[in-house]
Amino acid sequence: MGYSLLLIMIPSIIIYGLVNSVILALTAMGFSLTFGISGVANFAYGGFYLLSGFLVWMLLNYLKFPYILAIVVTIGVVGFLGFLTYWVILLRVRGIALSEVIATYALGVGILELFRWLGFVTYEFTLPYFKKGMVMIAGVPVDYQRLFIIGIGLALVVFLYFFTHHTRIGLAFRGIAQNERTAISLGIRSDFTAALSLAFGSAMASVAAIVILPLGIISINTGYEVLLIAVAVGIVGGLESVPGILVASLILGYAQVITGTYFSPEWMMVVYLAAIVIILSIKPSGLFGKFKELEERV
Amino acid sequence: MKLRRERLDRGIKARCEDIFALSSYREILYLVIPRILPLAVLLILPLMKGVVGLYWIKVMVITCAIALLALSWDLLASVGLISLGQALFFGVGAYLTGYLNQRFGLPPFLTIPLGTLGGAFISTILLLPVLRLRGVYFAIVTLTFPLLLTRFIETTKILGGTEGMSALSPLPNLWVEVYLPVIALLIALFVFRRLINEDYGLVLQGIRDNDRAVMSSAINIYWFKIQTVFLAGLVGAFSGAFMTHYYRFVGMPAFSSDYSILPLTAAVLGGVGTFAGPTLGAFILIPLSEVLRAFGTLRVVFYSAILIICIVGLPEGVFHYIQRKYHQFERMVNVE
Amino acid sequence: MDRTILAVEKLCKNFGGVAAIVDVSFHLREGELLGVIGPNGSGKTTLVNLMTGFVRPDSGKVTYRGTDITGKMPYKIADLGIARTFQMVKPFYQLSAFKNLIIPLYSSRVKKLLGGRYGDRDAVAIDLLEDVGFERDSFVPYKVASSLPHGYLKRLELARCLALRPDLLILDELFSGMSMSEVASTLPIIEKLNQEGLSIIMIEHRLKELFRICHRVMVLNFGERIVDGPPREVMENDAVKKAYLGSEEEESNA
Repeated sequence: MGYSLLLIMIPSIIIYGLVNSVILALTAMGFSLTFGISGVANFAYGGFYLLSGFLVWMLLNYLKFPYILAIVVTIGVVGFLGFLTYWVILLRVRGIALSEVIATYALGVGILELFRWLGFVTYEFTLPYFKKGMVMIAGVPVDYQRLFIIGIGLALVVFLYFFTHHTRIGLAFRGIAQNERTAISLGIRSDFTAALSLAFGSAMASVAAIVILPLGIISINTGYEVLLIAVAVGIVGGLESVPGILVASLILGYAQVITGTYFSPEWMMVVYLAAIVIILSIKPSGLFGKFKELEERV
Repeated sequence: MKLRRERLDRGIKARCEDIFALSSYREILYLVIPRILPLAVLLILPLMKGVVGLYWIKVMVITCAIALLALSWDLLASVGLISLGQALFFGVGAYLTGYLNQRFGLPPFLTIPLGTLGGAFISTILLLPVLRLRGVYFAIVTLTFPLLLTRFIETTKILGGTEGMSALSPLPNLWVEVYLPVIALLIALFVFRRLINEDYGLVLQGIRDNDRAVMSSAINIYWFKIQTVFLAGLVGAFSGAFMTHYYRFVGMPAFSSDYSILPLTAAVLGGVGTFAGPTLGAFILIPLSEVLRAFGTLRVVFYSAILIICIVGLPEGVFHYIQRKYHQFERMVNVE
Repeated sequence: MDRTILAVEKLCKNFGGVAAIVDVSFHLREGELLGVIGPNGSGKTTLVNLMTGFVRPDSGKVTYRGTDITGKMPYKIADLGIARTFQMVKPFYQLSAFKNLIIPLYSSRVKKLLGGRYGDRDAVAIDLLEDVGFERDSFVPYKVASSLPHGYLKRLELARCLALRPDLLILDELFSGMSMSEVASTLPIIEKLNQEGLSIIMIEHRLKELFRICHRVMVLNFGERIVDGPPREVMENDAVKKAYLGSEEEESNA
């Protein structure tokens, strides 16, 4: 490619890189939050993501709900399902790492394959845009949906900050994340908080799905990819750290867009593999990961 | 008049606890039959291919391959490592074997052992960094590596890319095709069971149950984890290596999630930690899945349901249940 | 009693804003029995974790027999001869009591000490259990750990440490949860071990029993060492009294 052609790409890379980073962050945040707060790795995350997409679609198309109502109901339902997952399944096997992992994993796979069997595989399944149309920024066409995504992403970060620093539940989350035993002795109910953290994480998956899925079609493989993304971003940034997720999203987001622009789109997924291998060799717990491995666990 | 259920060991079991078990044929048979019977069935069944049909012999081979993966999974679980991606071991062993065969023209009796050793080695290296982290990280990494490696192969088009490597050398004859996995399965089963019952196995289980206590007992838990991963890798890679020459093909499906979900389900269904359980689980699950082939992807939903039900409701697994029934009987007694 | 076996210098540890250990230094002479006391949350267990490699200090140094062991892996530190108990006792529940001890007997340290021959590990395990007060000719050593009462589990924990043939033993609230009679029977065991040359650091809340056998007492409060001296002196100290009085409500609620 000519040198000038490379330079012309730069504004586009900056903007689309940002969009991609926000998409990654939104996708990964819910999983990371749940893990950071309660130590539960919710492998059903991808399932909940996809479930949200289909739920909104069904509410819109079968029950003819208005858009706002559909998304509110979906977020609520999926959040509640997250809570139920803990309360019904995980509560019984809490503490047995094997059972926790397998239970959520099986749930995720079950949901996804159930949808696949039910026939949700055609191209008909799309979610509506927030607002159609596009705008030119620095000579780069950007559609409103992508701007909306960035907006939601920022709003979410602000919301999360306030939530974890200024509300009772949020502070409880942070307390548990830092030192579960102290938190218990201070009267914070560990189980209930853990269930809430699952609800919270699932609700965030929902939000991400609603905002991101309109960009393409809802496909079953997205469900698996979402878990992959959440995990990859988490490993690179540090699974329990919100700043880590944000930084990792930026790195991976831009790396992907640059690779996609200068090489070819197929290589975008390879970026994950490379990043994971690199991080595992240098700092396995992630960029911002706290090496909590040996410290006293409850 | 209230009743409660009471479980008692059968008289013959109580008598068999001691050395006096050798005193009567009945007692010897009681101990020996549960072990000899499945062994005999496994070894004799292939000989009856006229009766059973070639199709079911094929199913048996695949069952053995999955059972090997389930055994390897169970070994990892015994030390506290939960693998959501046995396909990693399988795929690495499969690809290495295929590569050695296609690129260097080595015959199966060389490529399979090399693929097994090399596959185990590579898998262990890949998993080395996460052995120091919490158990969940192992689950996460084993989950993602097969997916990512698949994408890598697809994108870089190495090792045959999406086409894979085909027209690989076949195995010498039908007997090798059937008896090799069976013998391997029996060896692995025997070795792992011995291992876990010896003091070495105690250390592994100690690491699983309370790794801090093991560490403060001056034992390098990481070294033990590495050994376990390598051992499990040997068995898993062998399964892949063998299947490469059985199918005479290796491609991206070698990393498919089937090779992760099926052993996992077989192990949980059969009983985690028992090794005989996962084997039994595989022999229940795979034939069942063949019978239910018409249901397509609903089978996976079925596996998920089994997993959740077993994990929450029947954590001991089928094998323990059968063992208990064999050794104990129940009766209702009056509560005073 | 003249050589220093353990030297801790200016150890500091912060947990996300909470100062758990602040500038703690002390020495332990060989053959000494040092008691460590302090109200709940004063950092006693964190101190043990810092010394035994389970937590990495932010700054400071731990020297064992001249070797710097700061931040080393726990199994390496145990290999050098430091054994510790855990406050929250978690034995290997599904194993019998004596099988619990097979694991430390499997370590390379014990292999070296026994001259490369494991000998009869089972017999060694039974002997160890007898040393800590398990009745030898009963079924107790063979009972599955999950069925043993708490006092036995604590003694099993002690046996686990002794299996390592340590030169320094750190007991983290060994007596908590033990009945009066169990404490009364275990105390002489510890005293005897100390008299035979084992250096011991004992964290305890049962002050009466502790003061009977220790040579020196160190008091921690809010992660700082406030006093260090013979038991009599420490009891009279005003700062110590205030530290305990202030947390007396916690004690009565515990």
